Amino acid sequence: MSKTLFDKVWDTHVVKKIEGGPDVLFIDRHLIHEVTSPVAFLGLKTRGIKVLYPERTFATADHNTPTINQHLPVADPLSAKQLKALETNSNEYGISYWGLGHQKNGIVHVVGPEYGITQPGATIVCGDSHTSTHGAFGAIAFGIGTSEVEMVLSTQCIMQPKAKSMRINVIGKLGLGVTPKDVALYIISKLTTSGATGYFVEYAGEVFENMSMEGRMTVCNLSIEMGARGGMIAPDETTFNYVKGREFSPKGEAWDKAMAYWLTLKTDADATFDKELTFDGSTIEPMITYGTNPGMGMGISNHIPDAEDVEGGVTTYEKSLKYMGFSEGDSIVGKPVDFVFVGSCTNGRIEDFRAFASLVKGRKKADNVTAWLVPGSHIVEAQIKEEGLLDIFIEAGFTLRQPGCSACLAMNDDKIPAGKYAVSTSNRNFEGRQGPGARTMLASPLVAAAAAVTGVVTDPRTLIHELELV
Amino acid sequence: MAYDNFNILKSTAVPLPIENVDTDQLIPARFLKATERVGFGDNLFRDWRYNADNTPKQDFILNNPVYSGKILVGGKNFGSGSSREHAAWAVYDYGFRCVVSSFFADIFRNNCLNIGVLPVQVSPEFLEKIFTAVFADPRAELEVNLPEQTITLLSTGEQESFEISPYKKGNMTNGFDDIDYLQNIKTEIQEFALHLPL
Ligand code: SF4
Repeated sequence: MSKTLFDKVWDTHVVKKIEGGPDVLFIDRHLIHEVTSPVAFLGLKTRGIKVLYPERTFATADHNTPTINQHLPVADPLSAKQLKALETNSNEYGISYWGLGHQKNGIVHVVGPEYGITQPGATIVCGDSHTSTHGAFGAIAFGIGTSEVEMVLSTQCIMQPKAKSMRINVIGKLGLGVTPKDVALYIISKLTTSGATGYFVEYAGEVFENMSMEGRMTVCNLSIEMGARGGMIAPDETTFNYVKGREFSPKGEAWDKAMAYWLTLKTDADATFDKELTFDGSTIEPMITYGTNPGMGMGISNHIPDAEDVEGGVTTYEKSLKYMGFSEGDSIVGKPVDFVFVGSCTNGRIEDFRAFASLVKGRKKADNVTAWLVPGSHIVEAQIKEEGLLDIFIEAGFTLRQPGCSACLAMNDDKIPAGKYAVSTSNRNFEGRQGPGARTMLASPLVAAAAAVTGVVTDPRTLIHELELV
Repeated sequence: MAYDNFNILKSTAVPLPIENVDTDQLIPARFLKATERVGFGDNLFRDWRYNADNTPKQDFILNNPVYSGKILVGGKNFGSGSSREHAAWAVYDYGFRCVVSSFFADIFRNNCLNIGVLPVQVSPEFLEKIFTAVFADPRAELEVNLPEQTITLLSTGEQESFEISPYKKGNMTNGFDDIDYLQNIKTEIQEFALHLPL
């Protein structure tokens, strides 16, 4: 029987099917962080059970960590206690622990791929919805709740029904200044935040085939924002080249064996999907969001739509625009910007900082803008320095912070103040996501750069003459 | 046994006719710093419920004493966003045992089922009927019958049935969770792990 990529990986990991119920799915790799794991460890203790395969779980601290002065003790006592709990639990159960200050520390979805923990054909879960990032490698990866974290720790399995399948094809060539983030925001704006609920998405077509590994991660990362359980892209040469030689990647004979499996990971030609959509990549503009969910996005040259023209309730829409301080019909270009955030597991990798640098180079940060540039990991941070990007940033009036989730969810001190506008490369513009009352516009690193140097929302294409996109 | 079992729930309801209620509204990230499952109910809908100075916002439904009950009724796409189970804990710890909506986000639905909150998906029309009935009379009761998989608006007798997998239904009616099940098949899991491709 012909199978999709998703079928192949899923079916390979089904330990058992339950009549009228979920599948018992074996999990190859489990990533944990300080926020969603403590209650799971508490559960293990209460039940008196052990971690079944500690070598399959990796711990990093990221959600709750400061992004300056990481060498100092964490000031907030609650955060400090939560970080300590991760350390104690990891040590007690024999789990690799990359805490604050550790060379391998960083955002869980950035370090996983960097160290080769993320591999094609694997099942990967983490108590964070953007675990979908790892699907870029042809893995089944998705976010789970704390009860499930406890299940994985204790039995390396979770119990879920198999999702329906959807393929999203994006064909053609992307235009100038259009990045993987724009492709994802475009798809979400077409599908809405619930358009892919219940589905696992495979991204296919020329645009993804030509995309770098990091770009694919950005796209898969955002799958959850259209409600999908996860997203994945078939592994190819780009994938194998990325994975090869990393610390936890298979070596020697194990590599050959893995490759034999990985080469089978393609959707069969005659396989069918429950739903299939195709978009033309050449029609996509640099995108920006104007509302309070990631589906409320549009091409940057557009005007904010009228309530009648959008799906969903008028009340909800009006509530959203009121929160943002925007009106129907407004042009988004020219809107004031107070903060710019470049970072998160969506856009906190080296290519994102290269893109940002390409536009701020030779320009100056606008005086009214506070900019937070937060690398996703120490590796990214080191690359920024080695490649001379830091010099460009400093020259233009920016500073670089230390790795962590930062203003993506504003659990640490990196909070956008109430009523202020932020152009953010992260993934959620929910009310209060970046701090109580914060107003978030999601966009690519290029749009963030254009805002950072002009102080208002600006179409990056107007600043690009000769853009060296990586 | 992880939570109280669920059979038939007869209760008034709290109506929240807003779409895309996301997990950052259910429980903002700054309240996720706990290392134990305590205090989440107090911070359910924190920023909709309270002003910055912690005084209650009078116009928010949870602060209106007229509405109460163990059933929360929300607009379409309830629970979108983060995987934080804390959102479901907040709903449970506040005192809700059931959330009714015309559409649920995946992870939130899953989390609810894992901790003993029953997500009941109804048609958009039935959802409207519930909102109308409850706004007209806050004492209007709903009956959620899990064994029969029905939800009834007691004032009018109108009824709809809802879906739940037989396995999850068994868990909810008995108060069991998946960990109990998985523990029992551990040897099978270990045997399976020996034959994985990676
Ligand atoms: S950067 Fe944001 S989305 Fe990514 S893991 Fe951290 S909090 Fe989650």
